[in-house]
Amino acid sequence: MAENTMLDLRNIHKSFFIGTPNEFEVLHGLNFTVNKGEFVSIVGQSGSGKSTLMNIIGALDRPTAGEYSLDGIDIEKAKDHELSALRNKKIGFVFQTYNLIARTTALKNVELPMMYAGMGRQERMERAKMLLEQVEMTDRMMHKPDELSGGQKQRVAIARAMANDPAIILADEPTGALDSATGRLIMDIFHKLHEEQGKTIVLITHSPELSRETQRIITLKDGSIVGESAGSWTGLNAKEGE
Amino acid sequence: MLFTENVLVALSGLKANIMRSLLTMLGIIIGIASVIAIMTVGNSITLIVNSTMQGLGANNIQVAIMQKSTEDSEESGVNYGGGYVRDLTDEDLITKEMLKSLTDEFKDDIKYVMLTEQVGDYYSTSKVSRNGKDAKVQIVGYNRDYMEFNDKEVLGGRSFITTDYKEGKSVCMVSDKLVERLYKGDNDAVIGTEIEVVSSDGTFNDFYVVGVYKYVADSISFGESDNPKTEVLVPLNTARKINHTANKGFEYFMLVTSVNTDNVTFVTKVRDFFNVNFYSRNDAFEVAAVSMDSMMDSLNTMISMIKLALSVIAGISLVVGGIGVMNIMLVSITERTKEIGTRKALGATNSSIRLQFITESVVICVIGGIIGIFLGVGLGMLAVKLMGYDAVVSVSSVVIAVGFSMAIGIFFGYYPANKAAKLNPIDALRYE
Repeated sequence: MAENTMLDLRNIHKSFFIGTPNEFEVLHGLNFTVNKGEFVSIVGQSGSGKSTLMNIIGALDRPTAGEYSLDGIDIEKAKDHELSALRNKKIGFVFQTYNLIARTTALKNVELPMMYAGMGRQERMERAKMLLEQVEMTDRMMHKPDELSGGQKQRVAIARAMANDPAIILADEPTGALDSATGRLIMDIFHKLHEEQGKTIVLITHSPELSRETQRIITLKDGSIVGESAGSWTGLNAKEGE
Repeated sequence: MLFTENVLVALSGLKANIMRSLLTMLGIIIGIASVIAIMTVGNSITLIVNSTMQGLGANNIQVAIMQKSTEDSEESGVNYGGGYVRDLTDEDLITKEMLKSLTDEFKDDIKYVMLTEQVGDYYSTSKVSRNGKDAKVQIVGYNRDYMEFNDKEVLGGRSFITTDYKEGKSVCMVSDKLVERLYKGDNDAVIGTEIEVVSSDGTFNDFYVVGVYKYVADSISFGESDNPKTEVLVPLNTARKINHTANKGFEYFMLVTSVNTDNVTFVTKVRDFFNVNFYSRNDAFEVAAVSMDSMMDSLNTMISMIKLALSVIAGISLVVGGIGVMNIMLVSITERTKEIGTRKALGATNSSIRLQFITESVVICVIGGIIGIFLGVGLGMLAVKLMGYDAVVSVSSVVIAVGFSMAIGIFFGYYPANKAAKLNPIDALRYE
């Protein structure tokens, strides 16, 4: 495995209802790698297996067969509590439906992963404020999720994903529930994180248009990779120059 | 650190669903409140009973004539069945000679031999009247030992002297309450005069008043504080003269033992002394003796048992309350499946999810418990006040109640919390 490989998936199979008459395979032996600092999109129609793949990448689920390593750690050998720690420190999730914890402030939401990591109260509060400032949410950090707009919620969610400075940000249809203007804003934040902080980002989407914004596009169809192509993104500044 | 965070999360959850939280707590509140109320009432009654009996003399031994029990009748070969043989006759009574030999036998143990006799029925009321006003009284005769032991405070005049006791003179002491009612509190106006006590059946007795004693309300005679029935004290022999019992024996007397005497064993000695020496050939009666100590013990045991039984019943409502908490926790976990999935995705371990929900159920139960304590203490104090006594809040029951509600929280919170902890993160995240 190369020094700069972040994700390394080899011959990944995933089946459901194993051992029952309804057993079926969703992923049929996927192979791909993502390098450190890459911005990759995985694109596919619904039913292509991209959600299943995202769960495996996000260490929420284990493959039925195959090898998967994240930042040099073998996932299939890890125990449950080790997976928890891995999700906590190495992966930053951004969901389509934001998944902020209701009844707690934006600030507390961002603090949450740091709390699970055992960071001190003062330290995590300062870092959460800093992260919220990066997504321009400082003035709304004491608001609860139901007092925020969709775009604001997603910005809080991105700040939360960055909480423990993860190796990879895993974004599952992050603009799916937003109007195009707000979606544009969110995508720009991802580009900024990628270009300014060198974050590795995996974007999962059904939209070919959105996927073209990334450096590399992996196309998934019926549980197999049917194509890899380069995206047409040339950088934030270039876009503004267009 | 996680703990305070969890408590804050739990509190904000409770605040968001105030009505539901209160209803959930209700079971715990009622359970804890009833346990505490029962304990408060029980403790107060115990204390009242004890202090009353202490007032009667804790180192008293009561000696009385009793029917021989059936077992004994069988043993002695005489069985008349049912324990009842015949009515008490003058021959069965405890004579002065018996008392004399008792005191000779146990010189070191016996401090006082107390004898008393009432004139008239306790439930019928005798009266002393003056200027159209009545004071309710009861004539009671006491011997010298009894007067010395009781040690009533003399407010004016004097107590009885040897010739009063010996000759059974028609002298008496009246209470300050009577003086207050009939003589406007002027002790000198009554001392040295003669009063007439008229009983309900119309018989009357005249006494020469030698002194006024201070009336102390005993806690049993509540409800008549403005015009209480007070005793007209007379020497024992005076009372026996009126009753025409001067030459008879006694059915009942009390002993006060010296400090070093062990009452539990001494009771047996006294009983055996009478029964072996004087009652072995009596076909129907014998002497029974009980010490106040042992009576107090058995009374306290009885009250504790009642308290325990009631508390157990109240405790059942606590268990029902706990099941209510479990139920609502299960609902809450289903509602928050997605939150649990998100927390797991963000790195929460199973144990931290479990801890979060156990904390939540403990918070519900402890808040309910605290409300219950206040309610229970309030109710208990109110009940005791209504009975006319001072309430005694049992601190230990409060501490136990808090601990117990915590335990209920943990016990009934564990199953739902464990269910939450074991949720599959993918299923939880996908839950709508």
